[in-house]
Amino acid sequence: MAITREDVLHLADLSNISLSEDQIEPLMKDLDNIVGYISQLDELDTEGVEPTYQCFDMQNVWREDVIEDFEANREDLLELTVESEDNQIKVPKVL
Amino acid sequence: MKIADKNTKAVDLVREALEKAKEYEDYHCFISMNEARALDRAREIDEKIARGEKVGRLAGVPYALKDNYLSREGVTTAAARMLDNFPSPITSTAVAKLEAEGAIMIGRANLDAYAHGSSTENSYFGPSHNAVDFDRVPGGSSGGSASAVALGIVQFALGSDTGGSIRQPASYNGVWGMKPTYGTVSRYGVVAMASSTDVMGCFANNAEDVDLVMSIMAGKDPKDSTTLDNFWTRELEDAKPKKKKIGIIKDFLGDGVDPDVVKTIRDYAAKMKKNGFEVEEIEMPIMKYGLAIYYIVQPAEVASNLSRYDGIRYGHRASDITDLDSVYSKTRDEGFMPENKRRIMIGNFVLSSGFFDAYYLKAQKARTLLINAYNEAFEKYDALVCAVAPAPAFKFGEKTNDPLQMYMEDVMSVPPSMAGLPALAAPAGISKDGLPIGVQLIGPRQSDQMLINIAKTIAEAK
Repeated sequence: MAITREDVLHLADLSNISLSEDQIEPLMKDLDNIVGYISQLDELDTEGVEPTYQCFDMQNVWREDVIEDFEANREDLLELTVESEDNQIKVPKVL
Repeated sequence: MKIADKNTKAVDLVREALEKAKEYEDYHCFISMNEARALDRAREIDEKIARGEKVGRLAGVPYALKDNYLSREGVTTAAARMLDNFPSPITSTAVAKLEAEGAIMIGRANLDAYAHGSSTENSYFGPSHNAVDFDRVPGGSSGGSASAVALGIVQFALGSDTGGSIRQPASYNGVWGMKPTYGTVSRYGVVAMASSTDVMGCFANNAEDVDLVMSIMAGKDPKDSTTLDNFWTRELEDAKPKKKKIGIIKDFLGDGVDPDVVKTIRDYAAKMKKNGFEVEEIEMPIMKYGLAIYYIVQPAEVASNLSRYDGIRYGHRASDITDLDSVYSKTRDEGFMPENKRRIMIGNFVLSSGFFDAYYLKAQKARTLLINAYNEAFEKYDALVCAVAPAPAFKFGEKTNDPLQMYMEDVMSVPPSMAGLPALAAPAGISKDGLPIGVQLIGPRQSDQMLINIAKTIAEAK
């Protein structure tokens, strides 16, 4: 198996997901299958081919640096948070 | 489309839809209903009509909204625990445009959580059911929308399509489903999945309705810089006299494709020929790599887009936690479904140093080859035809134990997504077991209306 238990834990860490023990084994199997499948691109010769990140070859789209009304106001947005105080979002202690 | 006017009351249209929704409650097409507000809006429209005021092109038409579109009316869950308490602070551009034309959202349709899936079995709220066979999946991710249209609850429904999420459920339920050219409809206010292929489209029962809804939603939006000017201006026309050249993609008629599906596509090709189209088979060997390209690029974009769910600014937050790191990681463990986690982790795998070149960059180069193959095909053909999925709707639980089997569902629908091309799913046949089978028409960029014309012409032909 190409994907090890350590790989799963490392990817969970990169993904900021804390996995319970029972999730690890199935993920090893599933991720291994998926990685096995997508590895078939090795067969394709892509020497000298440019990658496509955006289908329509769009470049940066600029706009004026002015404040625009996006419908949502501060009260609405603060309302969505679990905790807020004095117009600030509260988070648990970092240190 | 049945639209409110002097003789037809919007209130009656909406009531009828709500009653049908209740009648088919077991199908679980909806995550939440919008009853009170829908009736209020219908009354407003009826009053306008009574006063002789102008009403929109969709006046009083009830529709189902895939629950990954934000709308100030209620909660947008994306069928995920992460957002089960999320009252949208904004309305998506697509919804705003429909509402401005008088359309009335009666409920929010079920989907696979974050639109990750092909069956709605990944919904946090439980799956929807296929309109034709209750024991089978409706397809996904926009399964609730497709089923609601097929059951006759609503006249149209919105979906989103990243790799087949409109087309496959349309095919499974025997309705029309349009995945427009990338950039046709604003993505503003829709929960992002894979930004380079996400498109907003619709389900309906016929070509005209698809065309009408798309024409209203299309157009440039300053809030989504990838949007195109509205090219949806022409009237629908009979495609027959145009002598269109059609390429049938041979690579999707072989091994692994259900014989009933192959027969449906061959019959469709024969019908096209009979009706004056020039039809040939075309080999596109790159197609077999489409799925691998998609399951690298899409998870990479998913991993990036879903990194915003931190339990801090909105949505679910794991309780009883005192340190910040655990707020993130426990919230994300609780808020995401297993499939969401798999995609995020695969995405971070293909993007991580050491694997980036071998997977992500490789896939984006292969994507160029795929686009080149389409460009070459469109030098010879006006449109390409293949099935939407390798088989008709499957039974619940049949593919849930093996994510890769579920991904295989998308093998025919992801290639046009990776190239940003329009693709239309239209009903084409019935399997031996009585299940609907759809055909997929694919065209060059912004040929969306031509595809609708062709499919309409064939649907009406003998």
